[in-house]
Amino acid sequence: MTAIRASAVSKSFGTVKAVDDISFEVAAGSTTALLGGNGAGKTTTLSMLLGLLIPSSGTITVLGEDMARHRYRVLPRLNFSSPYVDLPHRLSVRENLTVYGHLYGVPRLKHRIAELIDELELGEFIDRQSGKLSAGQKTRVALAKALLNHPALLLLDEPTASLDPDTADWVRGYFQSYRDRTGATILLASHNMTEVERMCDQVLIMKQGRIVDRGSPAALIDRYGRDTLEEVFLDIARDRRRPALEGQRP
Amino acid sequence: MTPSPASLSRRRIGAMCLRHLYILKGSWPRVLEMAYWPAINMVVWGFTSQFLSGNSTWVARAGGVLIGAVILWDVMFRGNLGVALTFMEEMWSRNLGHLSVSPLRPHELVASMLCMSLIRTVIGVLPAALLAIPLYHYSIFTLGLPLLAFWANLMISGWAMGLGVSALVLRFGLGAESLAWVLIFAVAPLAGIYYPISTLPAWLQPVAWALPPAHVFEGMRAVMFEGRFRADLLASALALNVFYLMVGVGLFLRVWHGARERGTLLNVGE
Repeated sequence: MTAIRASAVSKSFGTVKAVDDISFEVAAGSTTALLGGNGAGKTTTLSMLLGLLIPSSGTITVLGEDMARHRYRVLPRLNFSSPYVDLPHRLSVRENLTVYGHLYGVPRLKHRIAELIDELELGEFIDRQSGKLSAGQKTRVALAKALLNHPALLLLDEPTASLDPDTADWVRGYFQSYRDRTGATILLASHNMTEVERMCDQVLIMKQGRIVDRGSPAALIDRYGRDTLEEVFLDIARDRRRPALEGQRP
Repeated sequence: MTPSPASLSRRRIGAMCLRHLYILKGSWPRVLEMAYWPAINMVVWGFTSQFLSGNSTWVARAGGVLIGAVILWDVMFRGNLGVALTFMEEMWSRNLGHLSVSPLRPHELVASMLCMSLIRTVIGVLPAALLAIPLYHYSIFTLGLPLLAFWANLMISGWAMGLGVSALVLRFGLGAESLAWVLIFAVAPLAGIYYPISTLPAWLQPVAWALPPAHVFEGMRAVMFEGRFRADLLASALALNVFYLMVGVGLFLRVWHGARERGTLLNVGE
């Protein structure tokens, strides 16, 4: 089963090609990372998968539906989290979850919110204004919003950016357990190599709008003859060695 | 069965209204401010009206014509502001990204903005209208059923303008937010709020008649001065309003689509 299929997708802003003819598939129930430096096209790719951004060319199929034609059939079944957006600051956490619960048509909403309060330990600040929370608390709330509708597909843009190591570790653990429990598919864009190594089955490495390499973290590390994914990333970012193209181990 | 793309979900529109009602519930100064300016405006024009009624035969012929006008003008002003502020609240709170990947359709967002505008206008204008009764012994409610027609038409005019402003703010960013307060005043001189359209220079009168509020305020004066309801003025105001509202909705939805092409929905905000 394929959760996401992108075929020859490009996005240009004027003369700038942000994403250049990328194709990939994400298997249902897997966790995949989009890895790349700043401006590599990760957020643009995620935005196109969500339908926030219309591709200049190419086709995107998400959960079996063509996003150009049937986006609203898919949206109730996916959710996302991004550091570029916030929940309304003046609403309490409970009010925000209630509003989004109604928007997503979540059945037995009060019960679902109570579940999330319990699972994500929101009880201490559930009635506090969202704008008055710490970064760690805000991340938990963003996570609660992202999980409110039991999404079959989670798209996460830098899910642990600006979190302390303890909270970041807790968040990663939560995503893994959510995937294991529900069989959901997770696609995340990240700069954090440890996170990607720990969480992901597949990595798509982007550079200047193109996918320049792909594979499981272990396969990439092996192919580049490195010890960590970070070293692989630096090799690619600095054009040091391209074994995949040369067809030999360095 | 999947609902058609054009169908409206009351649940989702209600959720968006609930989101804004939560803000009002949590901030009584906001609610007070909504009622404050229309009330102050009405008080100023009330005294002006009292003064003029002893010095102007025109005002003396229909006591309350200026107070009625200022209250109805506030309906249009608040209608416009209600739509634009409801939308800008989403931009200020950087919430558009979440909304645009939720199942909420753009036209449902528009419908919720209009609902909230109605609620905000009632909160803003009703206290001023009620205050005029003990202060100046003038009740706008004596206009009877025509009042509903005037209110509805001015409200729709405000909606059309508010949607246009929201589209401009979405297109050009929050730097354009002051348009919500200032653009409507470009219409004020042509709307004939306090004077008949015949007062305007001949070359400007066709421009005024192309605007729905000119028909509404002429209609209001016809009721107050002549005691008759001008259905022709109401019909022309309604026809113009339908046209302008369609333009406003169309413009907003076009700009929304353009924002998805330019990728600005994710990173709009303060």
